[in-house]
Amino acid sequence: MDFAKLNRRAFLQAAATAAAAAGVTVGCSRKSTPWRFFRIDEARTLAAMVDQIIPPDQDPGASWAGVVNYIDRQLCGPYKKLQSTYRIGLSGVDQTSRALHGKLFSDLDSTQQAALLHQLEDGKAPGTIWKPILSSEFFSMVVDHTMQGFYGDPRHGGNREGVSWKMLDLPYPPIRGRLRSDEAKRNVG
Amino acid sequence: MSLKHVNAVIVGSGAGGGVVAKDLSEAGLSVVLLERGKWFTPFDDRKDDLRNQRTCVLGNSFGPDDRSPRVYVDGSGKEFTVDPRHWAYSNNAACVGGGTLSYGAMAWRFMEDDFRLRTKYGSVPGSTLDDWPVTYQDLEPYYEKAEWEIGVSGNDSNNIFRAPRKRPLPMPPLPANRDFQILEPAAKRLGLHPFHIPMLRNSVPYNGRGACMRCRWCVGYACEVSAKCGTQNTVIPRAIATGNCELRTECIAKVVLTDDRGKIRGVAYYDANGHYQEQTSDLVVVSCSAVESPRLLLNSKSRMFPNGLGNRYDWVGRNLQGHAYTGAAGLFDQETYDDLGPGASIAICDFNHNNPGFVAGGLLANEFLRSPYQVVTGVSGDGIPRWGKAHKDFMRKFFKRNVTVMGPMQEMPVFDSRVQVDPKVKDAWGIPVARISGRHHENDLLGTTFITEKAVLWLKEAGAIQTIPFHWTFLGIPSGGQHQAGTCRMGNDPQTSVVDKFCRVHDIDNLYVIDGSVHPNNGGFNPVLTIMAVAYHASANIVKTWKGTHGGV
Repeated sequence: MDFAKLNRRAFLQAAATAAAAAGVTVGCSRKSTPWRFFRIDEARTLAAMVDQIIPPDQDPGASWAGVVNYIDRQLCGPYKKLQSTYRIGLSGVDQTSRALHGKLFSDLDSTQQAALLHQLEDGKAPGTIWKPILSSEFFSMVVDHTMQGFYGDPRHGGNREGVSWKMLDLPYPPIRGRLRSDEAKRNVG
Repeated sequence: MSLKHVNAVIVGSGAGGGVVAKDLSEAGLSVVLLERGKWFTPFDDRKDDLRNQRTCVLGNSFGPDDRSPRVYVDGSGKEFTVDPRHWAYSNNAACVGGGTLSYGAMAWRFMEDDFRLRTKYGSVPGSTLDDWPVTYQDLEPYYEKAEWEIGVSGNDSNNIFRAPRKRPLPMPPLPANRDFQILEPAAKRLGLHPFHIPMLRNSVPYNGRGACMRCRWCVGYACEVSAKCGTQNTVIPRAIATGNCELRTECIAKVVLTDDRGKIRGVAYYDANGHYQEQTSDLVVVSCSAVESPRLLLNSKSRMFPNGLGNRYDWVGRNLQGHAYTGAAGLFDQETYDDLGPGASIAICDFNHNNPGFVAGGLLANEFLRSPYQVVTGVSGDGIPRWGKAHKDFMRKFFKRNVTVMGPMQEMPVFDSRVQVDPKVKDAWGIPVARISGRHHENDLLGTTFITEKAVLWLKEAGAIQTIPFHWTFLGIPSGGQHQAGTCRMGNDPQTSVVDKFCRVHDIDNLYVIDGSVHPNNGGFNPVLTIMAVAYHASANIVKTWKGTHGGV
């Protein structure tokens, strides 16, 4: 599969349809969205963001790996306290995008998206929202959560099919010693 | 119905409390061991790289949970209520075995000079630095006891700086992993003295348990084959096997109870069902580690002890220390990765003492974990791409081509780095929580700068094409962490310490504090073997001086 060409929006729509068909309305979900926490427009903005942070190339990118799903799930669990930060921050990304280009962030081309994220990172992004929440802090948080969702254990809803471990040439599960024939075990003692 | 009176209540079943439980119950004392967490088994290890005791972004697998918050005061005086996932919480663990269930298990003896820093270096302005009231020679037999009863593998014979030992370690080291093979010749070329780290881990079958299976999921995780030696699979089962020790899990100590004459009469706690209980006893041992032990003493206020127990001179909770961790990561052309656990394998003690321009120092060793998220967060800093295609290319190129060396730099104790009880915030049981505040000593910055340079030199000599030094930036904020220590200092003078050299609280005959809290300073080493040795030393004295009635629970 050529992941670079995989259409992110098509994937999100497919995922949304699948989730809706399965009747998934877990925890803090709203009726108008297939996600647990995010609204559809928020998930779209976040998917575009995480695909800049870990873009698809010869290996899949962050949104294919399920990073949006990972973050969505944690926001209804351990990251519950960060719900409003995400709600405000993601609307801030679109606010900045509209101010600079008159479009939503997910509708910008890749170069524009990357440039905008650099502005967020440097704390230079325009937008009234970046007063209560520093854009650099919001961006750092999304980067960290993206790394967790992409490289962390698939049980938490990201790293689909162990994609990052395959990229790094790690076996799944990456635990030496579980097999009786293991070389290391014979060396012991 | 009131609970049957016992000889001793021990609060906390970690490195200190577990050892004391075994020694007292084997001597025939009836013991109740209270533990706030659960008793996990090897089957509870889920090898979850986002939820463990080292990387706890999604939670701590072995506790505590959000029912036990703490208050943290940063350098500017701002207060935060933090949950156990927050780095400023200074979490260790809440389970049977405490930190020893999921630690990396380095088994260091402190050096002789670590017990007499004040004599060696003189007084340090801004620090309460002092000598220990015990010497290395006093503790040597108890270090040995810990090594043989709990189980240590390794080979430190090439460590010319080590304190003299009478008996070798009971188990040989595990065969060298790749980090060791890369770092050892480089250290030797630099004139350093590398050696196999002593570890509380079975390298061969020992004490009825099997050998390490060498997965690299060690620090932060429980061992799925129980080859890592903690108190939960060594001394605590032995204590229970005597028939004299009852372990009660999920019990939250509220206060230590006193009578009208100022004697300790037991412990009040909430049991697993949340019911209030009073367990009376002849003596009480507090072994809750350096944040929770002072919290319990300070919460135990009474008419006789209006400032809390042992706190007549306002020393309980003072001198909170951990370790100023520092080091560097190196990137290599050749592949360095291997998945051979436990990971950390090689260390040097060349920079623990006698360094130019600052007091004490610390060891350097290679890093345990190499899981992908760990590498993303650990190998980061100047010149390392954080995100974008450059980040992805970096991971593809260097995930298997990096080595990290780091170590615990000894901190200078600071009187205002402290644990108090918060006047407002309470935990889920209604007990006032610990409040952590203060700052580090300037010596910690001088020392980490020096040690970081040494780490960089070692990596460069080993062939690193790029090095990423850690910038230690904790000067203005409180200490603590998993290596927390110092808050109930051991000393001869009741006006400048909390317990005597046998860990007995100065003005109370039947109250002891036995854990890392009593360390006057914390060495340039992971402190667990010293906590165990001090516990053996203290409990031997309790047994020797015991005049009460013996009898089963």
